[in-house]
Amino acid sequence: MLHTNKRRALALLAAAAVAAFSGAAQAAANEQFIPLPTYRVGPYASSGLPWWGGLLDYYRYINEVEGGVDGVKLAYKEFETEWNTDRVVEVYERVKGGQNGSPVAFFFTHSTPASYALIEKGAADKIPLIDPAGGRTESTDGAVFPYAFPLLLNYYSQASVGINFIAQREGGFDKLKGKKIATVYHDSPYGRETQAAIELLAKKYGFENIQIPVADPGNEQSPQWRQVREAKPDWVFLRTWGVSTPVAIKTAARFGFPVDHIIGDVWAGSEADVIPAAAAAKGYKALAPFPGGTDFEIHKRLRKSIIDKGLSDLKDTKFFGSVYYNIGLINAVLSVEALRVGHKKFGNRALNGEEARWAFEHLEINEARLKQIGFQGLLQKLKITAADHEGGGAARVQEWDGSRWKLVTDWIQADRGTLRPLIDAKAAAYAKEKGITPRDTAKE
Amino acid sequence: MSQLLAPPADFTGLSALLNHPAPIVLHQRRWHGPLVALVLAAVLLPTVANEYWLSAILVPFLILSLSGLGLNLLTGYTGQTSVGSAGFMAVGAFATYALLVRVPVLPLPVSILLGGLIAAAVGLLFGVPSGRIKGFYLMVTSLAAQFFLEWVFSKFPWFYNYGSSGTISAPHLEVAGFNLNTPAGKYGLVLVFVLALTWVAVNLVRSQTGRNWMAIRDMDTAAAVVGIPVYRYKLLAFAVSSFYLGIAGALWAFAYLGSASAQSFGITRSFQILFIIIIGGMGSIAGNFVGAAFISLLPLLLDTLGQNLFAGHVDAGLLQNIQKVIFGGLIIWFLIKEPDGLVRILSSIKERLALWPLRL
Amino acid sequence: MGLFLETLIGGLLAGTMYSLVAIGFVLIYKASGVFNYAQGSLLLFAALTFVTLHEKGLSFPAALAATVVVLIAAALLIERWVLRPLANRTQITLFMATLGLSFVVEGISQGLMGAEVHSLDLGIDDVPVFIGGLMFSQFDAVAAATAAVLVTVLALLFNKTRIGVSLRAVADDTRAALSLGINLNRIWQIVWAVAGVVGLVAGMLWGARQGVQFSLSFVVLKALPVLIIGGFTSIGGAIAGGLIVGASETLAEAYLGPYIGGGITPWFAYFLAIAFLYVRPAGLFGERTIDRV
Repeated sequence: MLHTNKRRALALLAAAAVAAFSGAAQAAANEQFIPLPTYRVGPYASSGLPWWGGLLDYYRYINEVEGGVDGVKLAYKEFETEWNTDRVVEVYERVKGGQNGSPVAFFFTHSTPASYALIEKGAADKIPLIDPAGGRTESTDGAVFPYAFPLLLNYYSQASVGINFIAQREGGFDKLKGKKIATVYHDSPYGRETQAAIELLAKKYGFENIQIPVADPGNEQSPQWRQVREAKPDWVFLRTWGVSTPVAIKTAARFGFPVDHIIGDVWAGSEADVIPAAAAAKGYKALAPFPGGTDFEIHKRLRKSIIDKGLSDLKDTKFFGSVYYNIGLINAVLSVEALRVGHKKFGNRALNGEEARWAFEHLEINEARLKQIGFQGLLQKLKITAADHEGGGAARVQEWDGSRWKLVTDWIQADRGTLRPLIDAKAAAYAKEKGITPRDTAKE
Repeated sequence: MSQLLAPPADFTGLSALLNHPAPIVLHQRRWHGPLVALVLAAVLLPTVANEYWLSAILVPFLILSLSGLGLNLLTGYTGQTSVGSAGFMAVGAFATYALLVRVPVLPLPVSILLGGLIAAAVGLLFGVPSGRIKGFYLMVTSLAAQFFLEWVFSKFPWFYNYGSSGTISAPHLEVAGFNLNTPAGKYGLVLVFVLALTWVAVNLVRSQTGRNWMAIRDMDTAAAVVGIPVYRYKLLAFAVSSFYLGIAGALWAFAYLGSASAQSFGITRSFQILFIIIIGGMGSIAGNFVGAAFISLLPLLLDTLGQNLFAGHVDAGLLQNIQKVIFGGLIIWFLIKEPDGLVRILSSIKERLALWPLRL
Repeated sequence: MGLFLETLIGGLLAGTMYSLVAIGFVLIYKASGVFNYAQGSLLLFAALTFVTLHEKGLSFPAALAATVVVLIAAALLIERWVLRPLANRTQITLFMATLGLSFVVEGISQGLMGAEVHSLDLGIDDVPVFIGGLMFSQFDAVAAATAAVLVTVLALLFNKTRIGVSLRAVADDTRAALSLGINLNRIWQIVWAVAGVVGLVAGMLWGARQGVQFSLSFVVLKALPVLIIGGFTSIGGAIAGGLIVGASETLAEAYLGPYIGGGITPWFAYFLAIAFLYVRPAGLFGERTIDRV
């Protein structure tokens, strides 16, 4: 009896498998397939959910209100990864062939570790990897990394903006001399990425650079902040991610370090990072190439056509305008604008990876265009070229007032001139190790 | 608390002898034909399969089967529970990387084998407590080993050649001038290792070594009384198992993912491999393949089913959580209903088919 | 000297937070011989339920009571659907089942209650307190006091009540207890419910420190060395283990850390645990098992 039931179960499973794998097609002929590796479950889901909200809301806005990008509708599809690098790689392998006539134009990695893992595959398959404010810093050099785009603000620029802000607050770069700046970082490649830049800037401006690691997951940081208390730095640069951020802020309060002298980096500056720290986070500042807030023009438009009509991807619209929601918006608009550039050159149809690469490398968004698309104040001016895959290098600084993020500065530019030689050196080392001949970016 | 585990469902016909009256000889002979055909098919596969199937489905399936095989030798055959498998995979991957980068004169297969040997040495080290600790506490030791190894490969930049990303990636994949950096090439590399190591494993479990291992698993005090050097064989099991896991780890990092970091070999991976042998069948060689197929295909299946049937109607996050619940539920269901794993289910189907249409 | 004392005491106090989590494991292992990998997920589930109910408008005590009811229900379900069918199986099978259970609980937690982070305010300010020139954390002191109260309550439960004595009987010798007519299923239900409540307390304290979010379930990673060192079968061991782990890892980070580049906190606890396993496998207070042929 038992065996018969089991056989039936297996037969059912097999049938389902066949049915599933022959699955329904998604993208029709003149649509651009956009695969999205997302994370809606797991420890980082709290950051992910508003992100996909922003991304999908903007895509839907483009599809429904503007009829697609130059008439080409966006056929986006999500794939769950739980922010697990291996799963992102699996998704990439699954989708890189495109779907139903539309090739993959670009691939949002949504994870810095995944950008590292995919960098060679992207180059081999000619699919640009897009990772705004993340990715491998040396991939700013498009000559060696034609298919990796750490858009807007790479990690070195982040460090530089942080230092520039501190200088602003101290009253000038000359005031930095002799000061102590401690970096509390997540002990992973992500956390260590800014070390080289800070070291360089410390030499340039004469401040003392103290680096204090926090091991993953970082839910107990008394030893580290005791160390901070002993060292008595003037400022702390927080390069943590996930639960280590609120714990850091709380522990800092416990050890008496003033929270208004702590600056978090891009990925330590969202609502999910400060809410658990409650009162201790008031006055905490963070870098914001993607500021939070709803006072931007695009939000007004989205509210009218998507949110109020109930078409939003957000289950809870209180996340509308949160930092991660706005990250999604910005990711989406960058991709859409790039597609527009590509359409002008290649025609209004689905683009492939090589064409998208060209498009990204000729993407320029100036003040006028920002105003047109409704992103003034939210997105910085940018000009991406084949040699410069970052394109912007500026961020604003926002401060948590206990219930929302308030912008306290205008766009602060990173010291890209000082940092570029460092990036070039690293890129050259990579090229040598992998046997890559850097291309001549002037020809692009 | 300890009890005699059910006899393993393997090819020697032991289970047939103990449970069914069917003649053993028939049993054994009947497997050779299909097995040869299967191997042939596997070898010829790249000519018909498309790139996606090769690199995204078959390669991980084979490597996971190899990992399951490694763990099965230790846990299924020798009865030493271990949840540190991914840690040993990491050792293999990072050791192979170190060799590829620092001793580039060695050909790739040699580096992989040496990486496996290094993993075997580490496995031996972590197997030393097995002399004093048994069962549950040993599992706890392996868990500790897992976290420790994961930490080591994350913390010390020497292991990933001081790269800022903490990831390792193969410099070139080539053997004797053949470039293996294609889907078919990687598939071939993995297939060769898997076939060779499976053949070794099959012979190992049928030999005196295998019998000693099973004796230790079933009743180790009695085995000691009978004169089997229990501790030595336990250490051997740890070493051999880690050898397999190390090679699987190297293949996972270089032939499948392309680049890996300590996170690729986290505790979740260890549990995944444990699931493979539990679902596939502990103490069985074929079970690893069945289990690996199940584990690697099921999430895909659930995902595709979910997307096709429910997308747009059910919130995507909820869908993913439901899949998680289903997966966990299936694990529990399997443990309750069929402790000997899928191979037992499949072999009983086979038995019934053999007697069909006389009796279903 | 002052810094050393401060570091030591800080570490000891931090260790009690680990002990709280470990006690949940000990309870279940003692009574049903299961290493409950799902304890972390249950901790998360408990804390999340409490916070969600509280945020929906229930008062603090009401939300607490409601959560306890939910936990009791969960314990009943788990006993009926997971423990009873797997009654006589090996430890590893049961462990695997709790692994599957952890997936189920995580899926339900996030599916029903969402993935947002919540702050949890227990009314204890996490500000420094100075006693004799040494700095202590007020929060940690409260946590230590809570642990002490919890241990006292559990000790009373085990020694003075009939149920408690039955629990100890089951832990000592299951067959003998059965032969006396003790209802094993009922015992398991009670133990899992109590472990759930202990998890709730631990979850609330940890949640107050780092926010109630998914990564709360990772606190179990720290519980494991505590259990190895203290033994799986003793609550006193869990406390002792927690204190040892807390103190040593804090001291190690402060004094050894600078030589190794810092960030040794997770490793050190495991290193200590592994060393203990070589020397005293059953832990400081654990029971040694005797194998019979």
